[in-house]
Amino acid sequence: MSESEKPVSLQSYVRLCAVVFLVVVCTTSAMIATSFSHIGDGWTLKVTLILAIAVVNAFLVAGYLMHLLSEKKLIYTVLAFTVFFFIGLVGLTLWATNGFPPGTASH
Amino acid sequence: MEIPYTVQNRPDTGIYNAKLGIWLFLASEVMLFGGLFSAYILLRVGAEPGMWPHGWLNVTLGTINTLLLALSAITTLLAWAACKVRDFTKFKVFHACTILLALTFLGIKSYEYHDKLIHYEIALFNGKFADGHLVEKSVDFDLVKKTGTVTLHGHIVEDRKELMDLRSPEALSAQHEGITIAAADIKKMENYGPKHNTFTAIYFTLTGLHALHILGGTLVIFYFWAFGGAMWKTDPERFTNRIEVSGLFWHFVDLVWIFLFPVLYLT
Repeated sequence: MSESEKPVSLQSYVRLCAVVFLVVVCTTSAMIATSFSHIGDGWTLKVTLILAIAVVNAFLVAGYLMHLLSEKKLIYTVLAFTVFFFIGLVGLTLWATNGFPPGTASH
Repeated sequence: MEIPYTVQNRPDTGIYNAKLGIWLFLASEVMLFGGLFSAYILLRVGAEPGMWPHGWLNVTLGTINTLLLALSAITTLLAWAACKVRDFTKFKVFHACTILLALTFLGIKSYEYHDKLIHYEIALFNGKFADGHLVEKSVDFDLVKKTGTVTLHGHIVEDRKELMDLRSPEALSAQHEGITIAAADIKKMENYGPKHNTFTAIYFTLTGLHALHILGGTLVIFYFWAFGGAMWKTDPERFTNRIEVSGLFWHFVDLVWIFLFPVLYLT
């Protein structure tokens, strides 16, 4: 049985939402603090850290608010395909960044 | 004719049809935004050293919008939970909160867009650059005829690169004041709209598409809030499923913002 099919208690959802919002506030603060900190020489380390925190934030929303932690197998299958094609979309684009055909780029 | 599996789960999929439909739709949305995020990465890594903007967007407003969307995602979930426990009054309250939070988000976004559209960069014939917010244009201001003056609240820099990193000590210590420039001294004048550079182009594209999603989601939520009473009386289970499906879309919109905020405002 997926989360959305279980008997619901409004109070338990209010508690869950309070915790999720508190964590979202903390992670957002952490992203801002990282952005304005003097970590590393350039932006590479900062961007990596900030995106890692954003992934935690996204996990909370997807896992708890969208009930993805307890969904049906079919939805996981759909998402697995989505992740595969998303990685392909971004990966192939980046892979081809400097692959200009001869005569089409002057740099 | 009765539409099958609007309430009951299909035996082969294990879920009702609308839920499978929204997840397939969200999968296509991931690819849509994924393409634009790829474009962002390409533009950023392909930018000349020192020419990718930092600190151009208002972090305070971005943070407020992040928290507004997070709160609206929570009120959406609570609206669905209220439906599950058959409390229509609480559903109305929670969804009214969602609508108000979404409209506030859009209001702040509109303010940010307006701020960018009245922000000008002016290349002068003496090689310097004036940068600031438009205060006024004289009645006879005409760039082609070279008549009149324009007044900005901002500052003048020697090199355009100085305008790229607004978090640099030089940019933070710059004195902003009223500057009046004659049209005859202006080589080029352009606001920070989508065509200003690749950053503003991808910023307006990504946030504009996201704002359209917010607007669409708000309209759907408003429809259920205003006209959902009839279905609630006849088929509350089906109505609850509709709220779950619209909620999934809303959480996805929140998810997209969770990545847009750090990518555009913080890095």
